[in-house]
Amino acid sequence: MSGADEQRTAPDGLPALLHEELRAADDGGARGADGERLSHGEGTSRPLRSLPPEPQPRGAKLYHRRPVDHNEAAQRFIDAPRHAQMHDERLWDLRQKRDRQMHGIAEWEELRELASSIKQHTLANLGDYLEQFETQAKANGIHVHWARDGAEHNRIVHSILADHGAKSLIKSKSMLTEEVGFRDYMAGVGIEVVETDLGERIQQLDDEAPSHIVVPAVHKLRTDVAQVFADTLGTDPANDDVHYLAEQQREKTRPLILDADAGMTGANFAVAETGTFVVCTNEGNADLSANVPPLHIASIGIEKLIPRIADLGVFIRLLSRSALGSPITQYTSHFRGPRVGGEMHVVLVDNGRSARLGEPDFWQSLKCIRCGACMNTCPVYRRSGGLSYGATYSGPIGLILDPTFNRKRYSSLPFASTLNGSCTNVCPVKINIHEQIFAWRKALAESHDIGVGKQALMKAAGTVLSHPRLYRAAITTAEGALKLLPDFMVTNPLNSWTARGRDMPDAPRETFHQWYERTNGGREDEA
Amino acid sequence: MSARDSILAAVRANRPQGKHPLPDLPAFPLDDGGDRTGFFLNNLRAMGGDGVREGEVADLLAVRFPEATVIASAVPEHPGNRDLTHVTHPRDLADVDVAIVRARFGIAETGSVLLVDDALIVNAVAYLAQHLIVLLDPADILLTLQDAYRRPEVQWHHYASLHTGPSATADIEGVLIHGAQGVRSLTVLFRPSDTPISYPSASRPAQ
Repeated sequence: MSGADEQRTAPDGLPALLHEELRAADDGGARGADGERLSHGEGTSRPLRSLPPEPQPRGAKLYHRRPVDHNEAAQRFIDAPRHAQMHDERLWDLRQKRDRQMHGIAEWEELRELASSIKQHTLANLGDYLEQFETQAKANGIHVHWARDGAEHNRIVHSILADHGAKSLIKSKSMLTEEVGFRDYMAGVGIEVVETDLGERIQQLDDEAPSHIVVPAVHKLRTDVAQVFADTLGTDPANDDVHYLAEQQREKTRPLILDADAGMTGANFAVAETGTFVVCTNEGNADLSANVPPLHIASIGIEKLIPRIADLGVFIRLLSRSALGSPITQYTSHFRGPRVGGEMHVVLVDNGRSARLGEPDFWQSLKCIRCGACMNTCPVYRRSGGLSYGATYSGPIGLILDPTFNRKRYSSLPFASTLNGSCTNVCPVKINIHEQIFAWRKALAESHDIGVGKQALMKAAGTVLSHPRLYRAAITTAEGALKLLPDFMVTNPLNSWTARGRDMPDAPRETFHQWYERTNGGREDEA
Repeated sequence: MSARDSILAAVRANRPQGKHPLPDLPAFPLDDGGDRTGFFLNNLRAMGGDGVREGEVADLLAVRFPEATVIASAVPEHPGNRDLTHVTHPRDLADVDVAIVRARFGIAETGSVLLVDDALIVNAVAYLAQHLIVLLDPADILLTLQDAYRRPEVQWHHYASLHTGPSATADIEGVLIHGAQGVRSLTVLFRPSDTPISYPSASRPAQ
């Protein structure tokens, strides 16, 4: 753990700032209307000082029929120290903001339990709730479509657009549309798609996938963004002031929004009781996408269902607090039908979800509400960057979702974890993420989808871990082995923990059991 | 088999084992310190919004937005100079400097206000305008988000949006920017409403 993992506090008692120059007491931009420093994000009225650029580390290299090499890409990320540091600190900052929100709510654990139970109930009765949602939505004038997979989703959306003669589409961020390769498909049929979320737009212009499900460009420094905007929007390449960059995007995107033929959003929740779907955003771009063009299409994964409108009182309280550490997103919008003179379509997408529902070890991953808390807390994710996973979903949730889409390609991802369980602890819907990661390792080993080295290690680890006495013997000798064995044996490629960039940890002087016996459980003085 | 029928068949065939009852939702208490409006204003300001306890819309406009030339009003308290009832395409509102709308209710827990389609007249005005002034009857401030989701307003309208401060982003290096794609500022002005709005029932009947 690096120093960034400690709770960092600024002199005013609020979480410490990412940018040293924002510590200035007289900086007005960081303060709210009452003069207090805003703590749900960092503001400044001044440009940050300019830094010499550091080339942005790119994501995992993808090869046909070969598993993603997360280690290799992660090493390149670590080798770019300013990117790695900002990434690590920014995400830990989000984790700390989440903690502050959690501590302010006495019933937090009860809310997590409720959210988990509501989702489990919905998934166990998903057929009924999907039908109820469809009936209600249709009664409100929404056109409802069903798509078995990504290809079918893309064809449906294309045909809706074709029916309206639509040539341009503005959209808000949606992980589902990333999952189904929506933009590539639309490029192939000559429809211009414009992402309107700032982070997502940066990634679209840079021809890169989002690296995080909530903050898509979190792996980029402002110098990277300045270069992308200079190359694609014609902005000043020397100006990396964040205010300038955000304003440029606003000004350059606005005309595209005004003239778009159609708008698209995802959905965070779909309410069976009323046929409502709910979109939570901060930028206002989803509401523009939905409310400016005459046609609104929403792509919704079938796992987004919840039974009752009142259930939102649980989920909305958890979502943004878990994601960004703000009590709610700036916009929480409820769509129940088309506006006067407009048309609204919903596409309900399966794309592997119904199959996952039948897997006893993995169906609970469908409870996910895409908050990203597991990513923000994960030491491996924070230090390797989302693009190193080479998949739509990265971080802990990605480790358990990606292999369901392509077992071979993502076979190494469940090993990009220390199994420390922090992801499970912060998950607002109580998905047993680290247990599922381990279950995936087992499943992949059994189906021979992982390399020989990892299989041998898994087998040995399995034997040792299932026999407590063997385990204790093994860890007692670990220090001796680390000291005595020649380095080439410790960093043998068979030991998949010591890839480049992962030094073997220092072994403690004594084990917990040895310490407990020597000090009588800490009651006697430390020698 | 249609996509619909095959998806429904698959989720039913793959139904997870075990009992998974739907829990009742308890009402969690929240202490507003006996000052609900103050609590609301604090939470609104923490999200980058502002609140004004009293005054005329015209005075607020003059003080806060002296440069504003295009004012779109959806409320009887101020005439504005851009008619929202005759808009052929929402893009025609792209030049609005300040929009004035009325919220159906506020939520003290989060500092949010609920804006609905009927009150906005054109939904997009709340996002295309540079600045937003929201009139709110302080008697209409609910305590919690849970309370809000038990009200008819959130489920009755084809469009209902909770606004909590202005549009914001921190997508670049975590630096907070107000005025991402939507309004650059949101100011709530407390103004009692003399036109009570009633809803026919808790749930809108199917059309």
